[in-house]
Amino acid sequence: MTPPITVENVSFAYDEQPVLNNISMTVEDGDFLGLIGPNGSGKTTLLQLMLGLKKPDSGRIELYGTRADKYKQGTRLAYVAQQSTEADTMMPVTVREVVRMGRYAHAGLMPLSETDGRLVDEALETVGISDLADRKISRLSGGQKQRTYIARALASEADLLALDEPTVGVDADSVEAFYDLLGELNEDGMTIVLIEHDIGVVIDHANMMACLDGKLYEHCETQQFLESGALERVFNSTHGLAPGQLGGRA
Amino acid sequence: MAVETVSPRRQRVLFGVGIPLTLVAFAAFIFWGFPPLYGLFWDSTCNTIDAWLVCSNFLQRGFTAGALIGVAAPVVGLYLVNRQMALIGEALAHTAFGGVAIGLFIGAAVPSFDYPLVFALVAAAIAALGMQYIAVRTEGYADVPIAIMLTGGFALGIAIISYGVVFSTRVESYLFGDILFVPFENVQLMVALTLLVGLTVGLTHKQLLFITFDREAARLARLNVWFYDTLLIVLTALVVVAAMQILGAILVAGMLVIPVAAAMQLTSGFNRGMALSVGIGQVAIFGGIILSYVWNIATGAMIILTAIVVYLWALVYVWNPTVGAILLLGSVLVPIYLTSVVLGGLVTVGIVGIYLLVSARQ
Repeated sequence: MTPPITVENVSFAYDEQPVLNNISMTVEDGDFLGLIGPNGSGKTTLLQLMLGLKKPDSGRIELYGTRADKYKQGTRLAYVAQQSTEADTMMPVTVREVVRMGRYAHAGLMPLSETDGRLVDEALETVGISDLADRKISRLSGGQKQRTYIARALASEADLLALDEPTVGVDADSVEAFYDLLGELNEDGMTIVLIEHDIGVVIDHANMMACLDGKLYEHCETQQFLESGALERVFNSTHGLAPGQLGGRA
Repeated sequence: MAVETVSPRRQRVLFGVGIPLTLVAFAAFIFWGFPPLYGLFWDSTCNTIDAWLVCSNFLQRGFTAGALIGVAAPVVGLYLVNRQMALIGEALAHTAFGGVAIGLFIGAAVPSFDYPLVFALVAAAIAALGMQYIAVRTEGYADVPIAIMLTGGFALGIAIISYGVVFSTRVESYLFGDILFVPFENVQLMVALTLLVGLTVGLTHKQLLFITFDREAARLARLNVWFYDTLLIVLTALVVVAAMQILGAILVAGMLVIPVAAAMQLTSGFNRGMALSVGIGQVAIFGGIILSYVWNIATGAMIILTAIVVYLWALVYVWNPTVGAILLLGSVLVPIYLTSVVLGGLVTVGIVGIYLLVSARQ
């Protein structure tokens, strides 16, 4: 079986400003990968490259065995960005309408079928927001919003879920519940790639870790990763943090 | 998996055959189906109501054109407003005015080419594609290119008009809109544009909504974002040209934006928002035309002002539904009250008159 994501010797620069330098890694089916690193370390860029939203300057990235930027099966991918894009603060759109978007790539130009509707209902049920289905999305709390986006990913029957700091501005209790939900989805077989600044949360939930700062410092199983000292090396070199301040909850 | 690979191909065949057929059907309808229907509708309306308002040929054309715009403009506007592209319509309208000027100029020289709206359509479409090109280059619809295009198109129009010999009333009708100046061909053109906008939005509503709401996720789902962006901006150009007849180049953007802004205050869903925008659009158009007739004020201006009153009312209603309801009730009851006072007065005068007449005879 081809792994969901393979990255080989990838480099990327914004206008001569190098961001990623010769990165290689593989995400296997069913992985829960935590991607960490200081601000400006190229985490988001790497994620966008992996998903084929950007082209690498050199090297090769494959999604399920196809070059990422040529990969056509959008229905297998889902993405949850940092919350509060401009649209979801003012646009009139209900929770159900957002979750239905997960079925759009399947339906093409045709109207959504009854099966589509059933999958949407099931997704709402799974993340526990059925009762909010007809609410305007901007009226929801941060945690509820992120659940809506997860429901959209579920409705789309995606195999690979990418999240870019999904819990910025979400209250602590909801963050716990949110990551428990991600854990359940991962156990059901969904491959997850997560960018997160809260290292403790990543250590609790991810089975694989990658630490990034322009280049890849370490990419391995979580326990091995903690013992490798990669965290200390990266964060010390750029921010001068004491090791004790990191991964406090692990 | 097998189902997924077969259904897109079937879809492609279905749409490859279906869309051209629909377009042919549209054309047939506009040339042969629409004129008799139009005549039938207005004749019967005129026979039942028998008021100058619905029997005048000018106003019949004006109402029809207005109703069409009241559908197409808010539908496209809803996407534009939610993409922070509200002023795109204004820029396209001003460029279209440049096209009108060229059309009038050529039309004055070669009478068989005297279709200024067709020139407007071409100019607006070119401007739309240019805008899209710039947007792709600069990653967004920045206000500087919009301002340049807006003033540039308008300047071109004024330059041509000042050079050529053109009747100023015709120029004014495109600048400020003139409901009494809508020839029947233009009503037909508007039917065509509205049907086209309706068909396109009907087919691509899902894609347009997804991209409007969450661009990155839509790109990830491998929607062709560039294609749908271009489609939306070209649709905008079509609507703007259609609406220019009634509202004028200067006021067109109002119809794209204000009904949508009012509807967005009142609803939580996108589809309901679209229905409500169209409803408010119709209220603004018909209210505006009737008020402009009653008070003898320019129609385009009155339509926009009516739309703004609805928007302000929506703000009040959201702030305090009771006050909103009272205002709405008042705006319905006061005219009824005043009318009944006037009617009652007339009836009284009549009765007194008849009484006097009868008593004088005896």
